[in-house]
Amino acid sequence: MVTPGPTVEIANLRVRYGHREVLKGISLEVQRNEVLGIIGPAQSGKTTLLRILNRTLDDVPGVVITGAVKVDGVDVRQVKDVFALRRKIGMVAPLPVGLPLSIFDNVAFAPRMAGIRNRSELEERVERCLRQATLWDEVKDRLHSLGTRLSGGQQQRLTIARALSHDPKILCLDEFSIAIDPVTTMRIENVLKNLRAQMTIILATNLVQQARRLADRTGFLLNGELVELDRTEVIFSDRPANRKTYDYVNGMFG
Amino acid sequence: MTRRKQLSESMARTVFLLMTLLMVVPLLLIIGYLVYQAWPILSLDFLLTNPKHGMRAGGIWSPLLGTIYLVVISLAVATPIGILAAVFLNEYARDNWFTRVVNLAVVNLAGVPSIVHALFGLGAFVLFARLGKSILAASLTLAIMTLPVIIASTKEALAAVPKAFREACWNVGATRLQTIRHIVLPNSISGILTGVILQVSRAAGETAPIMFTGAVFFKAIQEGHLFAYGLFDQCMALSMHLFTISTQVPDVPKALPYGIAVVLVSSVLAVNALSIIIRVRLRSRRKW
Amino acid sequence: MEKAARSIQNRPRWEVLTETAIEWLIRLCGISAILFVFGIFFFVFREGSGFLFHGFNVREFFGSTEWYPNSQTHVRYGALALIAGTASVTVLAMLIAVPFGIGAAIFISEFCGPRLKETLKITIELLAAIPSVVWGFIGLTVMNPLIINLFHTPIGLNVLNGGLILALMSVPIIVSIGEDALKAVPDSYREAALALGVTRWQLVYRVLLPAARNGLLAAVLLGIGRAVGETMAVLMATGHAVQIPTSLLDSVRTLTATIAAELGEAPVHSDHYQVLFIIGVLLFSITFVVNLAADLIVRGVRSK
Repeated sequence: MVTPGPTVEIANLRVRYGHREVLKGISLEVQRNEVLGIIGPAQSGKTTLLRILNRTLDDVPGVVITGAVKVDGVDVRQVKDVFALRRKIGMVAPLPVGLPLSIFDNVAFAPRMAGIRNRSELEERVERCLRQATLWDEVKDRLHSLGTRLSGGQQQRLTIARALSHDPKILCLDEFSIAIDPVTTMRIENVLKNLRAQMTIILATNLVQQARRLADRTGFLLNGELVELDRTEVIFSDRPANRKTYDYVNGMFG
Repeated sequence: MTRRKQLSESMARTVFLLMTLLMVVPLLLIIGYLVYQAWPILSLDFLLTNPKHGMRAGGIWSPLLGTIYLVVISLAVATPIGILAAVFLNEYARDNWFTRVVNLAVVNLAGVPSIVHALFGLGAFVLFARLGKSILAASLTLAIMTLPVIIASTKEALAAVPKAFREACWNVGATRLQTIRHIVLPNSISGILTGVILQVSRAAGETAPIMFTGAVFFKAIQEGHLFAYGLFDQCMALSMHLFTISTQVPDVPKALPYGIAVVLVSSVLAVNALSIIIRVRLRSRRKW
Repeated sequence: MEKAARSIQNRPRWEVLTETAIEWLIRLCGISAILFVFGIFFFVFREGSGFLFHGFNVREFFGSTEWYPNSQTHVRYGALALIAGTASVTVLAMLIAVPFGIGAAIFISEFCGPRLKETLKITIELLAAIPSVVWGFIGLTVMNPLIINLFHTPIGLNVLNGGLILALMSVPIIVSIGEDALKAVPDSYREAALALGVTRWQLVYRVLLPAARNGLLAAVLLGIGRAVGETMAVLMATGHAVQIPTSLLDSVRTLTATIAAELGEAPVHSDHYQVLFIIGVLLFSITFVVNLAADLIVRGVRSK
């Protein structure tokens, strides 16, 4: 069987904020429908790497980006419609955010902005995404209450529902469990396990065990450099290719 | 604390309290005095009848209507421009020298003396744009005068919306304008409204900018008729009327100018009270 | 699913075009403040430029107190007395407003409970909202007889009257910006000082005032700008004498009041008319410099 080409190809990516170099020549590929984990201590460039993909890095003052970043074969910087690109990519930020709209409108927001006006289509979409995010049962009777009044764990699942609402091909999660309780974290990890067949998932996390549980391959990012990228079993084995990987994974630093 | 320190502490507090009161109390006394002197003449009739007998009797209908026209038209012009300008400054402008210059211009525009606004209105609207002395020219002059404060307070209202909301919108593919339209602006309405409403009292109270651009000493119009003025007419105005009555018309009954002053001050107070009410409601109905 | 996915990927062309148009409108409005500032300078300058370059005597304007624009025989445009008029009321107003304004700012910021604070701030806002013509009226009808009775002078419309009124008008802006300046001083300064056991007065005098120095200076500058630019109140309260005042009880005429009083009678585009516009340029320049200075000083604070 011919495996389809990689979804994301990054070649020699360098990112600098003013004089500070945050990513120092990253090259990697993300295979279609795999779960790629990115581990590394704080400030190693994980967030920057993800934000490059949906081009939300453009607004940071003084940012300089060199190198090639391709999604589905097209360089993201040359894409004609950046908003279509962002809809292709679902992004879940570290801190849960409920938009100051009703829960229904939160999940219907992206489809509406993209032009879907049909009421029944929106309702179907909202229910589907809330179910996929395992939030439906908790909120189905109060879809018109404010999204900002949900708890942190619920808001993070709401964010995931929002991210799924525009049919992304790639789902990026940036340290999604940082501000939520362990029970919700487990629930979301199950959500990800259910989604892996349908989309490519890139999971940046500071919890190395989370990568071990979920990722097919894992990359170790340290100070802006990709120290090692390999199958998860290898990264977490006794003999990863790089000593630093072993040290980090086993809690010697970070 | 030692006794000496306690003494010094309460002395300091008292001194500063007195200084504050020394400014606040005269204001209250003055307003009380104005109302007291104006009492005989205040009535609904006062508001609805025109000045008669060379302004020595009658009411203030024509200046009142004129002021309403000027306020409504000037804010109708200034508010959209002000809101869009604030949207630019808070949502689109990058942190560079050009943005600093724009902000500087807003601050400077706010500090322009009212008589210079009058000169500008005369030179630009009355003469250059050939609008002649008219309600339109006077309103446009007032609009430019009220613009900077509308920009500043709108900017503050927009900035109060957390950045996280905007980022969440961009992440799902909404454009900047969509984000502004659906999330940022609806959640800034109270702050914007407060800023605009406060400018009502400013537009109603200024005399110099309208003195040479459209307000006149006297103009006869129909009483009680809301559309008595045309855009290219000259008009009377409350502020101008107070000025002429107290400086240029002899033998005016004592209560008359006080009455005008009280109408002006009470509309200012009413407008400010409204903006405070909106501010309080804003705080309690926040959606996040 | 595929069909839905396709429908969600592209927005209609007209929507994109409308958005682009609106964004251009936003940018245009964004720079409108710059356009208007330049516009004001341009149009005021334009109306006075004719005479400015043909016949205007700068030495006489700044050096002579003889202001006789309507003379049949010997027209003179000496504005020194007018400048002195503006300066005298402004100085008097600032001598009163600055200490009281900063004192009130200190009280509100450091000594005040939250409820009193709210009440005081609202009162100061109301003080600021009173129209200038009402202030002038107060000067005419309240201050005037008061001064006549207290000082036994024939006329109560003078520097003292105008200065007091201007002080009350300028106080709100000094209080508001002064309070911002004090609020900007980090709480760590206060905590450190109090930990050393100083009284609140010492805290204010030795720590807060020096730390907030720049912001307070900016507040004073903006108060000065306000006083210099005020028109109606001084027109009605300072009298009509074009002279350099020798005492607080002398009547004066300010630059702003001169324009307001004489523009109506000067024939359009006459020399007199144009000189009044030149005074306008002078006023605009003064307030522009004052505002620029205040802004630079505040920016200096923020970049520290």
